[in-house]
Amino acid sequence: MATPRKVCVIGAGLTLFRRRMLETGKELSFEAVRMALDSAGIERKDVDTVVSGSAPDAFDGVHMKGEYLLDGSGAYRRPYSRVFVGGATGVYTPEAAWWHVASGMSEVCIAVAEEKMSPLQPHPAYAFWSIFDHDYERQLGTTLLWIFALEMRRYMAVHGIKEEEIAQVAVKNKKNAMDHPCAQLPANITVEDVMKSEPMVWPVKRLDVSPPSDGAAAVILASEAFAKKLTKEPVYVAGCGWNIDSTYWTDRDLYYPQYLENAGKMAYKMAGISNPRKEIDVAEVYDPFDYKELHHMEGLQLAKKGEAPKLTTRGITQRNGELPINPSGGLLGVGNPIAAAGMMKVCEIYFQLTGQAGKRQVKREVHTGLAQAWGDLMQYSSVFIMRRR
Amino acid sequence: MPAGREVAIVGIGASKFDSVTSGISYKELMYEAAVHAYSDAGIDVRNDVGSFICCAEDFWEGNSISDEYMPDQIGAKLRPLFTVCGDGLLGLAHAYMHVLAGVSDLVVVESHSKLSDVTSKDLVEDLGFDPHFGRIPGVEPKYLAGLEMRRYLEESGNTHEDCASVVVKNKRNALRNPRAVYGDNLSNQDVLASEEIASPLTKREISSPADGSVVVVVASAAKARRLSGKNKPVWVSGISWFSDTPNVEEMDLGQALYASNSARKAYEMARIRKPLTQIDFAEIDDTYAYKELQHIEALGLAKRAGKFVSSGKADPDGQIPINVSGGSLGMGSFVEASALVRAYESALQLRGEAGKMQLHNPKRCVVQSWRGIPTQSGVTAVLSI
Amino acid sequence: MSEKVKFFPGREISSKAMESGEVLTKYYSADLNYSWSTGIAVTRFLQELKQGKIIGRKCNKCDRVLVPPRIFCEDCFRTTDEWVYVKDTGVVNTYSIAHVGTDASRLKEPMYIAVINVDGPTKGMGFLHYLGEIKSEHEIKVGMKVQAVWKPENERTGSILDIRYFKPI
Ligand SMILES: [Zn+2]
Repeated sequence: MATPRKVCVIGAGLTLFRRRMLETGKELSFEAVRMALDSAGIERKDVDTVVSGSAPDAFDGVHMKGEYLLDGSGAYRRPYSRVFVGGATGVYTPEAAWWHVASGMSEVCIAVAEEKMSPLQPHPAYAFWSIFDHDYERQLGTTLLWIFALEMRRYMAVHGIKEEEIAQVAVKNKKNAMDHPCAQLPANITVEDVMKSEPMVWPVKRLDVSPPSDGAAAVILASEAFAKKLTKEPVYVAGCGWNIDSTYWTDRDLYYPQYLENAGKMAYKMAGISNPRKEIDVAEVYDPFDYKELHHMEGLQLAKKGEAPKLTTRGITQRNGELPINPSGGLLGVGNPIAAAGMMKVCEIYFQLTGQAGKRQVKREVHTGLAQAWGDLMQYSSVFIMRRR
Repeated sequence: MPAGREVAIVGIGASKFDSVTSGISYKELMYEAAVHAYSDAGIDVRNDVGSFICCAEDFWEGNSISDEYMPDQIGAKLRPLFTVCGDGLLGLAHAYMHVLAGVSDLVVVESHSKLSDVTSKDLVEDLGFDPHFGRIPGVEPKYLAGLEMRRYLEESGNTHEDCASVVVKNKRNALRNPRAVYGDNLSNQDVLASEEIASPLTKREISSPADGSVVVVVASAAKARRLSGKNKPVWVSGISWFSDTPNVEEMDLGQALYASNSARKAYEMARIRKPLTQIDFAEIDDTYAYKELQHIEALGLAKRAGKFVSSGKADPDGQIPINVSGGSLGMGSFVEASALVRAYESALQLRGEAGKMQLHNPKRCVVQSWRGIPTQSGVTAVLSI
Repeated sequence: MSEKVKFFPGREISSKAMESGEVLTKYYSADLNYSWSTGIAVTRFLQELKQGKIIGRKCNKCDRVLVPPRIFCEDCFRTTDEWVYVKDTGVVNTYSIAHVGTDASRLKEPMYIAVINVDGPTKGMGFLHYLGEIKSEHEIKVGMKVQAVWKPENERTGSILDIRYFKPI
């Protein structure tokens, strides 16, 4: 197998995440990319390829949305492509940028993720009806919340986990988000508040869920040689992994994300990590729902099967804990403009590694950080690991 | 920049192609193509392949997050797979990068069309336009093709008659291709007299929809040599992609900048300085007849494409045969899969397996794609044996 | 945040600005139509539902009966071998209680939904459906035995809805 070139992350940009933004999708993309270029201290002329990520076209009502977002993404008269892996797209987009540079096809690649969910009426949730099988599922009046509720219930049943244990994640992440300048739903809440919030699709309650949002985020990846012109101590891409499970989700046991274990192993192998629990200093795992953070910690081998709730109770996943998880505030606190939310996590790890996270900076020293996202019919994960020397 | 013989196509497979495939689902079409491709490459997909790439757009599929429906039928359950929202040749470009970046030394690329399932095809095309400026209520979205065609003919000096000769050539070529369903023996007059869709564009200058799936297996040089007992590897000597502006008002409609720019880089990778003498044949985008002319010029295969085609230089026995397979005009438009159909037909030619269409000992070809209206995005690849 | 950038871009729109017309939106409604080919495997599945039966496809290599059926086995990557009927009884793999509908509006009556693993030669195969004849939501359990309640024969159309719901047994 070919040996990849070394690839670095040289800049990051992020817009506010809000329920409804004035900017169009193009404008949001532009703002995130412009900020990322400024943070790297480079211009578009230095960029030779662009990758964009965005979730379903149904939100915007624009077919070939990648083409529409092209100029806002900085891709005018450039080689450009849009990658798409459902909810996992945000963390996947920089992975695509990684192979542009690692393969030698590009020196500097923009990875931008955008989501404008508010245009769809009467509610963004409607777009998710059409993610279900058109021959034997949509007829049932499916909604996205169903699969989360079914997965959460299965996870609880297999391990004997209580709703209250899961609710701790929402409490932690919304609190963490109070220090994030882009956050949509930061809050100081209690487990009781989560338990008392209105049931949507039980066991999922209002406060177990991240909000639909508009927003964009971007990072810039470059060859090691280019990065070293900008800084003596660049942040390296250490590992990339991705994996998809069968579409036939009703034939799988949802209690454990095997596909994430596979994606994690792929990334860990590339990063030379044998004991992720010890070697990962900070992680941004995908938390569109509070139980997902726990589920994903287990898939990533950051906790044993069924053990994640206990680690949470013991405070290990707090910012000042042994294994800080979602110091940004995650999707639960910062918001969930789908692809942009995944990229926000990548930005957060970059900020943590470069000591730019401000009040959100975790207590332990950070050398290796991981961002992860999840998507499709509970079947996809992408894992992105960054490291500084 | 990578160059030379580092990445090869080692297996190709296709489902049946037809204007309508109502008895089988898109998953079953994909399965058929995949089985053929893996058997052609002589690989065990569940054990050998480290990366899968699908090329699709949600609205053509009728599924939101359509990538979730891809893995099972191509052998990708619990494997690395992703979807690129682009044409099949862009998928090949990503496969090329996956090999060079060490993701895997065996990568599968799939693309398909099930256009016969899409009853509101024009509406999907309309949704591709800018929501504020591009969509004109009640106007067929192909208006942009009409605008582009007029501008291109004005700038280039080619004639409508030249466009008609593209249709005549490609539909005639298709008669010798067992996979082509739109073969016909027409005269220029038949084409020009057909119904005007978006003046000057007439109905017969527009490729008709077709269903089908194509799967291509891509390998590193080392892997290709280990597998080469069965097929000669078809090398991806150069590949590049490019996008101009998405804004209709700013497009350089007379020029296909996506084609000229991607070709320049692909040629550079393949060390091609004089395409006219170094390229043996071309399979290029002809979604609309004028597009073939525009692309011939952008790829540097002729200065005046109209004359080149109408004088027979693009015929199967001409100087550079163009779309010997019949192109999209002869085989149908497979939307995102059209480009992979072109690559499939090219690989057959290079391997000497093109049957009645076989050219004499071709060594090198150019394959090129365009994503259709309202985009100015496309890919160019140089394949060689 | 960044050493070089101190300001996060973005302008939020308030509900008030939307209502007062201070910001503009352009309305567009598309009625996209598809007629998806159900294909070889799912066509038979739906036809059998119309007959009041549930059918799967068996892969002779891994010995699994796949429900919903497909012509390929995704594990072995080979063509499946034969049609096999499975029972219309099964167990609840997981369930939930829906209070909101497709467009996120509140439902008047909650819906009980579940992944049903059908009884047959292969454990864990199943599909999504409703639970019915539930007296109290506390009686629903993971692992609970259920049976399909079919529509009358003359009302069946070859659809997943030919089964009304699954009831506890
Ligand atoms: Zn099997």
